[in-house]
Amino acid sequence: MQFEVNNASLYCYTGGRAFDASKPTVVMIHGVLNDHSVWILQSRYLAHHGWNVLALDLPGHCRSGGAPATSVEEAAHWVIALLDAAGVAKAALVGHSLGSLVALETAARAPARVSQLVLVGCAYPMQVSPALIEASLNSPMKALEMVNVFSRSTLAPPPSALGPGSWIFGASMALGKHVLASNKDINLFHTGFVACDSYRNGEAAIEQLTCPTLFVLGEVDQMTPPKAAKGLIAKAKNARVVMLPGGHHQMTETPEPMLKALVDFLEP
Amino acid sequence: MAGYADPGFDTLALHAGATPDATGARAVPIHLTTSFVFESSEHAASLFNLERAGHVYSRISNPTNAVLEQRISALEGGVGAISVASGQAALHLSIATLMGAGSHIVASSALYGGSHNLLHYTLRRFGIETTFVKPGDLEGWRAAVRPNTKLFFGETVGNPGLDVLNTPEVAAIAHANGVPLLVDSTLTSPWLVKPFTQGADLVYHSATKFLSGHGTVMGGLVVDGGSFDWDASGKFPELSEPYEGFHNMVFTEEASVGAFLLRARREGLRDFGACLSPHSAWLILQGIETLSLRMERHMRNTERVVEFLAKHPLVARVGHPLLESHPDHALAQRLLPRGAGSVFTFDIQGSRKQGQAFVEALKVFSHLANVGDCRSLVIHPASTTHFRMDDEALARGGIGQGTIRLSIGLEEPDDLLDDLKRALRVAEKAGA
Repeated sequence: MQFEVNNASLYCYTGGRAFDASKPTVVMIHGVLNDHSVWILQSRYLAHHGWNVLALDLPGHCRSGGAPATSVEEAAHWVIALLDAAGVAKAALVGHSLGSLVALETAARAPARVSQLVLVGCAYPMQVSPALIEASLNSPMKALEMVNVFSRSTLAPPPSALGPGSWIFGASMALGKHVLASNKDINLFHTGFVACDSYRNGEAAIEQLTCPTLFVLGEVDQMTPPKAAKGLIAKAKNARVVMLPGGHHQMTETPEPMLKALVDFLEP
Repeated sequence: MAGYADPGFDTLALHAGATPDATGARAVPIHLTTSFVFESSEHAASLFNLERAGHVYSRISNPTNAVLEQRISALEGGVGAISVASGQAALHLSIATLMGAGSHIVASSALYGGSHNLLHYTLRRFGIETTFVKPGDLEGWRAAVRPNTKLFFGETVGNPGLDVLNTPEVAAIAHANGVPLLVDSTLTSPWLVKPFTQGADLVYHSATKFLSGHGTVMGGLVVDGGSFDWDASGKFPELSEPYEGFHNMVFTEEASVGAFLLRARREGLRDFGACLSPHSAWLILQGIETLSLRMERHMRNTERVVEFLAKHPLVARVGHPLLESHPDHALAQRLLPRGAGSVFTFDIQGSRKQGQAFVEALKVFSHLANVGDCRSLVIHPASTTHFRMDDEALARGGIGQGTIRLSIGLEEPDDLLDDLKRALRVAEKAGA
């Protein structure tokens, strides 16, 4: 469904259930060159198990209008505005990769609006190599392949978002191309990478949080290696860590452990 | 970046989709079971509602079939695949997922006879019409488009004349008209060409042929490249509007890429039911594991046979793009640098009786209605695979009454040449 946010129409997938502000709400925030569909299994499950789901397309991505956020802070501003537009006083935030930084920053800016925080494939600082940033601008197809090679952890993924017979590597490549093509004016790949690379408020943000926080990391994740989350984990006051047996495609390559981690954490 | 994270074709042909399971079995196990036990009622409900991914019933999915589907997706560069009972089932599933009565298809005229039957006769009864155009007639493709056109369809190399589909150009015309290009890549296999890299949106195979490769099994595979924007096209409410048959799911909302696969499995396999046996899936997997080795040999042997036939005095024409005389020689060099396949036709000078004498005299070549076997095969298309077509339609497909089709296998090439020499002598005597 669409919400009017900051004078733009922001799309949120609601998991196959109508939006119902009376239920507890979970907001799901995707990473660079992804959209809401990367959460499809988890969002659909939660929506049918008591949650009100808002899996957004970040501004300027796919079904969402508006100008793409050029920084994590700017994206966090959109998420808070989305909560306002949807009439949601408090929500659990779940973010992946860039989305995890956006969720973290949102929680720091509006702690009273966030009940729980789930940071999937999170690293801080989320440095992106200069070569990859340059490639995302000048050779996006090459950069997309590099990202997916780094993200893949198995040649035999289990049944996933498109059902059994899904080929996650190909699906992720195609999704990246689809998202990139969805904005003719701004290179979402480059903008997203720069936002990841330039975010500097991670440690300060997590230090001020008191809400329960879950880190969901991939044990062989080459994009955001578990060791790169250690600094944040050390400074978090109320954090748990779940290590999944996979890489950076946590939601699609390890969908069942990912769901279990979410359900175990989010359920009271 | 070579290696496990970015493996090449041959590695994917052996490993994609498969890893040793809890038993330690190295080869892919055959899961001959109709159904799969639920962990709980809640688990069952979640699987049915697509909240969790897993197997329920083997008509819809099966672990052995899923390995095959992942493997062909990896080799083609797609987002996923669906395995079905035959190549014809793959074609039907593709069409039935995308359209209903009142729709229109633009198709190449150089098609496998079975595909021509489906489009020209059977689908017409269900309200789907097809306009056939010569594959190389780009203006013809453009001119054939109607407001209700939903699909362009061709074969990478047309059966049996080996008309090479100009996939990049035909795809561009399709996309300019908001429709996807479906390509039958049976005769080329992903070893010779990956049609997604040339602009195709959906690819299917009769896995009965080169993928399985041993003439032992029937099967089909349809692969989604994930590239076509069904929403932007506006011509596919089947994918972009709520589907009453599955909780008003909007497939393009669920899957920003791969919506076709979701509907094809959730509706097509559920309702039409042309599922593939897991045992057959396993046989096809066995074939794919040696695909590159076999295709390389198919191509080498084909070169020898084409060269031999082209010089033989009793042969009037050899229809293989290896030869400069083939109208698509240059196109094949560009789009199919590894070769244009090992199935081709040639014409014997003389009467139809001489052609029959030739076919019947062959000993190494088997006279039967298949292609892509490891054994060499021969058939007379006008009286068998294309027998429903009249002379005009045959001519449009590049087939004459004296045309012979060969499928070159993996035997010693000298033995194949000896067999052909001897049979051509018999044919010559039959004309005396």
